[in-house]
Amino acid sequence: MQKIGVFVCHCGTNIAATVDVKAVAEALKGEPGVVFSTDYQYMCSEAGQNLIKNSIKEYGLTGVVVCSCSPRMHEQTFRKAAQSAGINPYMVEIANIREQCSWIHKDIWSATEKAIILGKAAVAKVQLNAPLTAGESPVVKRALVIGGGIAGIQTALDIAEAGFEVDIVEKQPTIGGKMTQIDKTFPTLDCAACILTPKMVDCAQNEKIKIYSYSEVADVKGFVGNFTVKIKKKARYVDEDKCTGCGICTEKCPVKNVPNEFNMGMDNRRAIYIPFAQAVPKVATIDANYCNMLKNGKCGVCSKFCTVGAIDYKQQDTIVEEKYGAIVVATGFNPIKLDDFDEFAYSQSKDVITSLEFERLTNAAGPTSGTLLRPSDGKHPHTIVFVQCVGSRDTSGCGKTYCSKICCMYTAKHAMLTREKYPDTDVYVFYIDVRTPGKNFDEFYRRAVEEYGVHYIKGMVGKVVPRSDGTLMVQASDLLSNEQLHINADLVVLAAAIEPDKSARSLATMLTASMDTNDFFTEAHPKLRPVESPTAGIFLSGVCQGPKDIPETVSQASAAAAKVIGLLAKDKLTCNPCVAQANELMCNGCSSCEKVCPYGAITYSDKEFRMPDRTTAIRRVASVNEAVCQGCGACTVACPSGAMDLKGFSNSQIMAEVDAICK
Amino acid sequence: MQKQDKQELILRISGVNARKCMRCGKCSATCPAYDEMEYHPHQFVYMVESGNIEPLLSSDSIYKCLTCFACVERCPRDVQPAKLIEAVRLAVIREQDKNHMKKGDLPELLDEDLPQQAIVSAFRKYTK
Amino acid sequence: MQVKETNEFKPKIVAFCCNWCSYAGADLAGTNRLQYPADVKIIRVPCSCRVNPMFILRAFQRGADGVILCGCHPGDCHYTTGNYYTRRRMTLLFSMLDYLGIEKERTRVEWVSAAEGAKFAATMNDFVATVTKLGENKRLEDLRCKAK
Repeated sequence: MQKIGVFVCHCGTNIAATVDVKAVAEALKGEPGVVFSTDYQYMCSEAGQNLIKNSIKEYGLTGVVVCSCSPRMHEQTFRKAAQSAGINPYMVEIANIREQCSWIHKDIWSATEKAIILGKAAVAKVQLNAPLTAGESPVVKRALVIGGGIAGIQTALDIAEAGFEVDIVEKQPTIGGKMTQIDKTFPTLDCAACILTPKMVDCAQNEKIKIYSYSEVADVKGFVGNFTVKIKKKARYVDEDKCTGCGICTEKCPVKNVPNEFNMGMDNRRAIYIPFAQAVPKVATIDANYCNMLKNGKCGVCSKFCTVGAIDYKQQDTIVEEKYGAIVVATGFNPIKLDDFDEFAYSQSKDVITSLEFERLTNAAGPTSGTLLRPSDGKHPHTIVFVQCVGSRDTSGCGKTYCSKICCMYTAKHAMLTREKYPDTDVYVFYIDVRTPGKNFDEFYRRAVEEYGVHYIKGMVGKVVPRSDGTLMVQASDLLSNEQLHINADLVVLAAAIEPDKSARSLATMLTASMDTNDFFTEAHPKLRPVESPTAGIFLSGVCQGPKDIPETVSQASAAAAKVIGLLAKDKLTCNPCVAQANELMCNGCSSCEKVCPYGAITYSDKEFRMPDRTTAIRRVASVNEAVCQGCGACTVACPSGAMDLKGFSNSQIMAEVDAICK
Repeated sequence: MQKQDKQELILRISGVNARKCMRCGKCSATCPAYDEMEYHPHQFVYMVESGNIEPLLSSDSIYKCLTCFACVERCPRDVQPAKLIEAVRLAVIREQDKNHMKKGDLPELLDEDLPQQAIVSAFRKYTK
Repeated sequence: MQVKETNEFKPKIVAFCCNWCSYAGADLAGTNRLQYPADVKIIRVPCSCRVNPMFILRAFQRGADGVILCGCHPGDCHYTTGNYYTRRRMTLLFSMLDYLGIEKERTRVEWVSAAEGAKFAATMNDFVATVTKLGENKRLEDLRCKAK
């Protein structure tokens, strides 16, 4: 039997005005186990806490019930007080007689009666409380960053800077991501490669950073502080350690007709390739879908020309297993496919392009060496139409319901740069709204209009029709002049919506991290914990969490790194002690609990049991990993044999509360 | 009928939620009868939503709409302007309480070059 | 203290509230001084999925007139999917209870977020009114328990 002390708080008049606190204290005196009961003005005050501490010592209390405000308010306060008086902090229970009693009832009689019942329920629960100790789990001081775009690079560099080891897993042959394909960045117009490639090189040279390029995450096990990750290194048929990146193979390869994804398929590369000149790691990769040697064993040219013998046609996918304390998701985005937008004639005409394709057409390393030429006939376009919100803010099902955020600014950039380089071109931008919230963003957009004479027209393009003379008829509405416009354009550029990378969904399943309906990762709190996933130890960086421009991505990447560093700096993590516990004697190993656990905290093992007849039997039983379990209790209900229980909220404790309330 | 009642009636007949419109004008951009119409599809949506219905009721535009549904097809917010225009038309015809077209008129109207859909569409437009 | 004796029927109502949304919603109702009958007694659980059907049966066995279960809105569960389990489990349990003669109106699952103090109070007012109208529930009550 516990020795319980009851402390009823007046909370000034907050409670005392509608609840007869003395009557509550008096009524609870007669409850089983209660050896001391009193009331006090402010229980949370220094003096109130001392009253609790002294009573614990004086009466040798083993359990404490405080009838006061919500446990969300002062549970910690009273637990600490109890702990300092030498009893386990989890032997304290709170009866919420303020928010859930005195504040919502006017009638003293019924409020007092309810307060007594709530107090009795708390006493009944404390009777069954057991001391709990928070477990500890060690932290592996190494982080994994999934995705090697600007977000992943920044996060990795920041973590490495703090002295921790970081691995980057990138599925492409090189790190750098989408930013490598961009020509200039708004609003300062500095060249993307000039600011990105030094960071890529830093990654490669940093001793703390290891880059797994052309690799994917195959499996994730474990929990915060202790993840075990399997990384699949896809066969690139080139020995990374031997290859010097000289590029002879990429010139000699006879397969010349492979669409070059770096230039959005607007020119061709060879079957063995280095994505671009500044690639990191600068290592060739053989595209198995096109290589003659891999397809039918006839060729081997690259191997003959390779001076260091790096080509290895027999290379296989390999799996590397590593342990990490924290995982950062930085999987980024892709522009959506425009197959459902027939009205813009994207698939009918080569001269209808996406903004990312336009980016390549104006890039010095692009297919036209930076001269803006029409993809169809290589002529200089004189009239260019930009269409915004293609697939963004679309609830009809063809596109995405959200605003892709970056399109207004990059379209202003494209329009401005075109007018600057080719003043003889007419540039039209069709917009629904121009959204430019950001430092120097609106000024930038206004400059495009005022200084560069870009025609901004409020209205949407209804259709684009390719004509026999090679031009494109653009039919659009001008809402301000209430006219329907027909423009003969040479080039139409579509600002396609962006969506999370396709790999994100399967990754989220492996990480047990949650996603929204658009496949963006959800943050632990939209305002206060924006870079953490609700799953402990998983952090978010960049567009995988929501559309972002480069400055925002970089700030979020650094914020994620700061959170990771905070985690890795700890030697041990304290766990929530209110976790599930399996009674091995009752467990029948059915796996029901494992299936409902959202955290993968339950595992099974074969254990030896001594039977009543002194023989031993081996049975499969569940065990809960206390560091992973978050204490939701889903398993306790799923368990058919009643073996699973939740510490701090056990079946018997809740039943006792139910009994006390229904008495 | 009160102005507000009329707005409700039109919204009810059409089943359109005009508030979904984000004023992009793609309906009018795609409209093949644009030049013929005094008020354009996007204006119908806006004017019905803001309760400014009288000018629409007395405008010829309600009969100029081809009911081709291009605007419905293209609308990124799934507003369905053509249904709204048709509802305005119906509101007018119901108030006049007469059919402008009778079944008996049909054989006369039939013409090899006339698409059948035009007849169906005309029936929708001119009968209550 | 003056004990007020009335013949008015006062239902016994047990409310299970998840710690993250509904319990906080109930606190908010209190902070905003939104009234609801004192017949509702709240039991705090970490997640609505912690509520074992046994608890609800036990409440009815001990003479409860109504049991309400409050959790986070679907998709907002602190533990990601807990409230989905609740929804499925309670659908089954409540239809079984209905079969046993405990009216469907005596049991309820509601989603109340931490920001919905007003909804919490309104829900409780409505639930208490519904149960009061149904009157005393004796169908599962174990009279031996009562005698003790």
